[in-house]
Amino acid sequence: MSGPGSVPETATHRLARLLTLVPWLAHRPGISVADAARGLDITPDQLRADLDLIFLCGYGSMPDELIEVDADGDRIVVRNADTIDRPLRLGLDEAITLMVGLRALADVAGLTDRDALDSALAKLEEAAGSVADVTRRVQADLTDDAGADALAAARRALAEHRRLHLRYLVPSRDETTERDVDPMRLVSLDGHWYLEGWCHRAEQTRLFRLDRVEAIELLDVDGTPPSQATPRDLAAGTFQPGPGTEAVTLRLAPGAAWVADYYPVDAVVQGEGAALEVTLRTADTAWLRRLLLRLGGQGAILAPAALAAEVGQAARAALAAYSGEEPPARR
Amino acid sequence: MSAVPGPAAKTERLLNLVMCLLYTRRPLPKARLRQLVPQYAAATSDESFDRMFERDKDELRELGIPLVIEDINGVWDDDTGYRIHRREYALPDVSFTREELAVLGLAGRAWAQGSLAGEAAAAIRKLQADGIERDEDSLVGIEPRLRTSEPGFDHVRRAVTTSTPLTFDYRRPGGDTVTRRVQPWGMASWHGRWYLTAYDLDREDQRVFRLSRISGPVRTSGRPGSYAVPADHDARAVVAASVADSTEATHTAVLRVRQGRGNALRLRAHAAHDVDGGWTRLQLDYGDVDALADEVTGFGADVVVEEPPELVDGVVRRLTGVAAAHGGDR
Repeated sequence: MSGPGSVPETATHRLARLLTLVPWLAHRPGISVADAARGLDITPDQLRADLDLIFLCGYGSMPDELIEVDADGDRIVVRNADTIDRPLRLGLDEAITLMVGLRALADVAGLTDRDALDSALAKLEEAAGSVADVTRRVQADLTDDAGADALAAARRALAEHRRLHLRYLVPSRDETTERDVDPMRLVSLDGHWYLEGWCHRAEQTRLFRLDRVEAIELLDVDGTPPSQATPRDLAAGTFQPGPGTEAVTLRLAPGAAWVADYYPVDAVVQGEGAALEVTLRTADTAWLRRLLLRLGGQGAILAPAALAAEVGQAARAALAAYSGEEPPARR
Repeated sequence: MSAVPGPAAKTERLLNLVMCLLYTRRPLPKARLRQLVPQYAAATSDESFDRMFERDKDELRELGIPLVIEDINGVWDDDTGYRIHRREYALPDVSFTREELAVLGLAGRAWAQGSLAGEAAAAIRKLQADGIERDEDSLVGIEPRLRTSEPGFDHVRRAVTTSTPLTFDYRRPGGDTVTRRVQPWGMASWHGRWYLTAYDLDREDQRVFRLSRISGPVRTSGRPGSYAVPADHDARAVVAASVADSTEATHTAVLRVRQGRGNALRLRAHAAHDVDGGWTRLQLDYGDVDALADEVTGFGADVVVEEPPELVDGVVRRLTGVAAAHGGDR
């Protein structure tokens, strides 16, 4: 959340904001209230309150020593603010966000204009001064195992509004599929790049993890997504419970506790011992069966009973393949 | 100047103070500042003015405003005064092209989902203060995201950038928790997770910690700047090497995979031969036997391990555990 949110803004935080707001407005004489509020990421009411505050601030009490604000109509003019007509230097955390972010983007092949990125970083290092060195202690990574080709093709399709043909592996169903996709955006999340687009096979918005794309081809077809294509909210991660979801209760031993962090779960309660009990919603029982098998007994379905029986059955069927050979070591 | 109550009045006072200290060509003694800043002039006693001024000075410095004390040559009663050098205060006058601002905007947006979102937006606004708007179109639809959702992220980051010793409880891969006392050296994200690199005071060696395994609060256990970070320390290289050590593909597995199934394994196999009864035999390299056992177990009866025995054991042990947890052992 940038700008003043639901938490009351402290006096010093507001000062820091005003020390940027004044030069920002002074360099845009006549900007409308709506445009300024949008550019500064505050509400019009907050902007008016800020203007009331800076009006008559200055380095003395004579009229020519005070900031002038003209905002009677819809247009804002800020004058006589020469003492603070440059913003304060970047703070350490501010410098970290941009410099660490730029260095991370530079490592992603095929994503950005490398010349602009390098020159921006060089200028920023100069502008940041002594804090530039400290920012190097924090290093972020946006690369993944997907080939640069898939990323570059998706990026080009997005820029040129062209349809893509994908051969794509769906791991939860363990099958390879062919589909045409109108690209909407490229998102990196938790160490992977995803293409979000309108899938003509599913007739839905879908996310495709680029390292699961086996082949990608740009088609000479307009790839503007249909009007009903809406991007998903990815704040909680890429896992999306579909419609017709079923509530499943799991018990997670400490070795499987990561499941509660990794997938959106409705409720977490401390169960017996160090175990957690969580409820998650999914219509995808194939995915769930696979997850429970992977957890190797560290996780168990408590309800519904039919699903628990299905998972137990799958495990026993798989074990049968080993019982005919040398008796494997049991514990 | 208007008498605004509460925090707004304080902001107004601080803004007046900053402007006075930037405008002056000579250091200003306290007594002069009390005349220039109306909210100081209104202070009812010397004591309350002194307290207010001392606190204001500290808070401006915390914001990164370079307020300095300098000697005055006997013009006023005080022999020291205060000022802010514009050269130290102001963002240097660098100008960015639209293309540069576009990639800077992208770098800033990468943090938009986390605890540094405000800092990233404020930084971009500072760079755009002189009126250049960024070229939005060229990078539309690209959304890098750096999550900072690990509970200790902000505390660890501050410790890393200020060289402050930390103590925390750490969950080891085996499941038990141990207390660690460290001197943080750096932090790096790698494949979507944040790691801390630090000197471990008890084990007297460099160690890597995954932030998501820190349990409970992170405690400061020493003064900022109380140790030196090695000049050649490269957190990302250390993290990458440490993660690679546990995953480098040094072993080969032989798996039997049912027709049309086990596709993620087929993608990584370096040899595949069809065998009788609708199965394919795959050879694939792996580093971490537990990670491969987890993955193979997920395929259930569609994938059967033939070699090596330790992978067979791992898969059988997991399947037995799953069967026991779902309807009893056989």
